[in-house]
Amino acid sequence: MLKIENLHVRYGNIEALHGISLYVKDGEFVALLGANGAGKSTTLMSIMRLLPPVAPVVSKGTISFKGVDLLSVAPHHVVARHGIGLVPEGRRIFGNLTVMENLKIATYARKDSGQISRDYERVFSLFPRLSDRKNQRGDTLSGGEQQMLAMGRAFMCGAGFILLDEPSMGLAPLLMQDLFRVLKELNESGTTVFVVEQNSHIALKYADRAYVMETGYIVMEGSAKELAKNEEVQKAYLG
Amino acid sequence: MTLEMFFQHFLNALQWGSFYALIALGYTLVYGVLLLINFAHGDIFMVGAYIAFFIASFLLGSYSLQLPFVLDGNTIFVITVIITMVVTSCVGVTIERVAYRPLRKKGAGRLYVVITALMCGLVLENGNLALLGASRKSFPELIEKSIYTIGGITFTNVKILVIVTTILVFILLETIVRKTKLGMAMRAISYDSVAVLLMGIPLDVVIVFTFILGSSMAALAGVLFVTAYPVLEPYMGAMVGWKAFIAAVVGGIGEIRGAFVGGFILGFIEIYVAAVFPSTLRDLIAFAILLLLLSLKPTGIFGIARAQKI
Repeated sequence: MLKIENLHVRYGNIEALHGISLYVKDGEFVALLGANGAGKSTTLMSIMRLLPPVAPVVSKGTISFKGVDLLSVAPHHVVARHGIGLVPEGRRIFGNLTVMENLKIATYARKDSGQISRDYERVFSLFPRLSDRKNQRGDTLSGGEQQMLAMGRAFMCGAGFILLDEPSMGLAPLLMQDLFRVLKELNESGTTVFVVEQNSHIALKYADRAYVMETGYIVMEGSAKELAKNEEVQKAYLG
Repeated sequence: MTLEMFFQHFLNALQWGSFYALIALGYTLVYGVLLLINFAHGDIFMVGAYIAFFIASFLLGSYSLQLPFVLDGNTIFVITVIITMVVTSCVGVTIERVAYRPLRKKGAGRLYVVITALMCGLVLENGNLALLGASRKSFPELIEKSIYTIGGITFTNVKILVIVTTILVFILLETIVRKTKLGMAMRAISYDSVAVLLMGIPLDVVIVFTFILGSSMAALAGVLFVTAYPVLEPYMGAMVGWKAFIAAVVGGIGEIRGAFVGGFILGFIEIYVAAVFPSTLRDLIAFAILLLLLSLKPTGIFGIARAQKI
């Protein structure tokens, strides 16, 4: 489904990814692990085709999705035409819009109104808290609720492939488990999930496969079970 | 001041405030989306008035190229309004394309874009001066003026038209911005433009739409203004533009209600100050009052202090 080959990207003159390759198959739950500054978020921003100054420039390599070369796709089309949704780092929900408006704005490019109303129901059944807060402004939500809203929003984009950037950041452990359980539930009903995490404990618990990144290289890959057992990973990344 | 005079001024103030409100809208819409103060906007109003002048003159058969049929004044007025709004929108969008967008794509700071906007305004003014000369033009009378008197208060049909149109525009724009997805996108962009892209929304389309809305409202103000006060000159947009901008800030820039309330407040202050004091003191006192209002509430009447994003 998603295939990245020999990807090099740079911010100005500084190369941030030195030729990474990875793939995510249809229906998989894949994790990308690594410490701060390893290049995990950079990888996601390259996939979303965001432009400088927020995102890097791809200098070499390919990113393809369902056989389409993503590098030539405009950023808003990555979402609208190819169905890739990103839950960004820090959630980035619209604080000046209500919860309902945050969800509604995500359906901007969609025309399938029947499916849209079923998707609203799905989001509210996955996150009943959001249903209680429908008419509240986004910036009045707690961190956990904002994370739920960001996930709901990506789902409302009609994305069949959801990327998440550090969803567990700043959340209490119990809430983290809840969110990953919801992710697993989404995954089991057909959504492909690619999650970037520093917290490898929780990511390896729910993912099928994982990659480990360090300073712009992928240094290890394998099934989540193997990696969880691997001593080297334990030492380097699980502390 | 007698009660009759009070109501007479009240109507005048509503009309005067309507012009400010319609122009203030354009400032507030663009600011609400791009956090840019589009200082060319007052001159867009002037451009709108001139475009209306040429279209109306053509439709009246004042040029050698003529229509094969004769239209009555009201029809000409309606056609003039529509075409003027469309053409003026094109001017607004062109400025965005040529001047603002390249700066945005290069990630230029907001100060540079504001200065560019100021220069665009000057280019429009002086371009007009170079093209058409400094002589004033007088706008043809399209709508036959009828004067009504009710209980000692006199008003014209044009005055009522101006006020009613402005109220309808307010309702229309509030609906667009509050209820439609495009309106939500407009509000969301100023909060987080990257996240808007992540929702699959084409930023440039939303920005162009914003400029179309703002410019067409300035054009509408231009046509209505010259219908009420039929004199055109290249600098007509400068002072009105500044005042409308101040009205938008007093109301709370970025908020549509703010533009309307600010516009009407300015209209009322100006008219009533001129009614009580010598008219040379009008702007002095009016702006002193606005200064006071702003120092009491620096974000404007409807403005909310923006939380700093980290």
